[in-house]
Amino acid sequence: MEWDWAFVIQILPTLIEGAKITILATVLGYILAAIVGLAIAIVRRSKNKLISRPMGFVAEFIRGTPLLVQLYFIFYVLPDLGLTLSPLVAGVIGLGLHYGTYTAEVYRAGIDNVARGQWEAAKACNLNAWQTWTQVILPQALPPMIPALANYFIAMFKETPLLSAITVLELMNQARSIANYNYRYIEPITLVGAFFLVISLISVVGLRWLERRYGRID
Amino acid sequence: MGQWAGYLQLILDGAVVTIKLTLMGSALALVMAFLAGLGRLSRFAPVRWLATAYIEFFRGTSIFVQLFWAYFVLPLFGFTLTPLQAGVLALGLNVGAYAAEVVRGAVKSIGKEQYEACTALNFNRWQGLRNVILPQAFVLMLPTFGNNAIELLKASAVVSLISLSDMTFQAQVVRAQTGSTLFPFLTILILYFAIACVISFAIRGLERHLTRGLDGIRS
Repeated sequence: MEWDWAFVIQILPTLIEGAKITILATVLGYILAAIVGLAIAIVRRSKNKLISRPMGFVAEFIRGTPLLVQLYFIFYVLPDLGLTLSPLVAGVIGLGLHYGTYTAEVYRAGIDNVARGQWEAAKACNLNAWQTWTQVILPQALPPMIPALANYFIAMFKETPLLSAITVLELMNQARSIANYNYRYIEPITLVGAFFLVISLISVVGLRWLERRYGRID
Repeated sequence: MGQWAGYLQLILDGAVVTIKLTLMGSALALVMAFLAGLGRLSRFAPVRWLATAYIEFFRGTSIFVQLFWAYFVLPLFGFTLTPLQAGVLALGLNVGAYAAEVVRGAVKSIGKEQYEACTALNFNRWQGLRNVILPQAFVLMLPTFGNNAIELLKASAVVSLISLSDMTFQAQVVRAQTGSTLFPFLTILILYFAIACVISFAIRGLERHLTRGLDGIRS
């Protein structure tokens, strides 16, 4: 089996179409994950155990089960319950929920890492809850979270090929349909691998920079 | 109820495949983690480069792509793998790359005085590593290894897409045969979670066993 550059050039436009969907799904999924994670982190901090415990269990459950099965669940089970979603929407929800449970841990660690003295100082200065969060806690808690959050962004990007299993026409799915149609696997699958490798290597450099710039959570 | 028992049996058959895959993949990942993790700390630059290339390559490309590459592209070079072999290979090499960084981090975190003690006892590098450094570092690696094993279990669902009849694949079969969606998918979600709980329970037990009598000695 020879590597065929003419075939590569022929399939490149289709793969680029797929790459756009991959990037779109990653960005939308990550925005959702950032919001879901914040919600989970806040609910888990609740003093009421009847609220925080079940939330903790749900988050553990989502984190302990495969994303692929969750995607199937959203894509196949919800329509039976009367909620039909397009493949891309189902995929974004799946990615957002799954990675939301990871980003929740980042938020939690970031908030816990703010020294107790800061809370006491805020109280001593007679700041209310809103002022305490926006002016004392978050400005200190957020910067160390940035590298960890970026890390999950990259991890999620690498999981987007799973969306092909629920018929989203992203990069991997385009590559597979090209491969099945032409019966040539070597170029499309290798190109997808190279695409992910190049983006990952670039993002590793970016991540190192973020770590130097903002420090890391220990 | 009778018909569900038959379908449940189908899913449990899949669970056996998933567990087998997880165990074999974890074994390969463990070997690769120590080879690559210690390789990155080697005195010889080419060994370090090789280990770094392995780690960056397998962490950089998606597990899904690696699996498809192993299953569809490798045969074109003359290596034909069964779906199970391709699955174990891809899962083991992928998770091994993540775990290699754990090995490296744990070995590097052992204090300098331990290395000096090895020199004082006239141990050579291998003896020092084997008898002094690794027994301490391994305990530090364990919790993260547990997480890696759970990641591997979760990633193993992907092998259903190369027609290996694991739990996820069997759930799809049940869905195709019965048209029911809630039963198969909810069942396997619960089973995956149960297996993940068993893994973290076992790792915690092992950690307790290995750190017995070390209270107050470990920092």
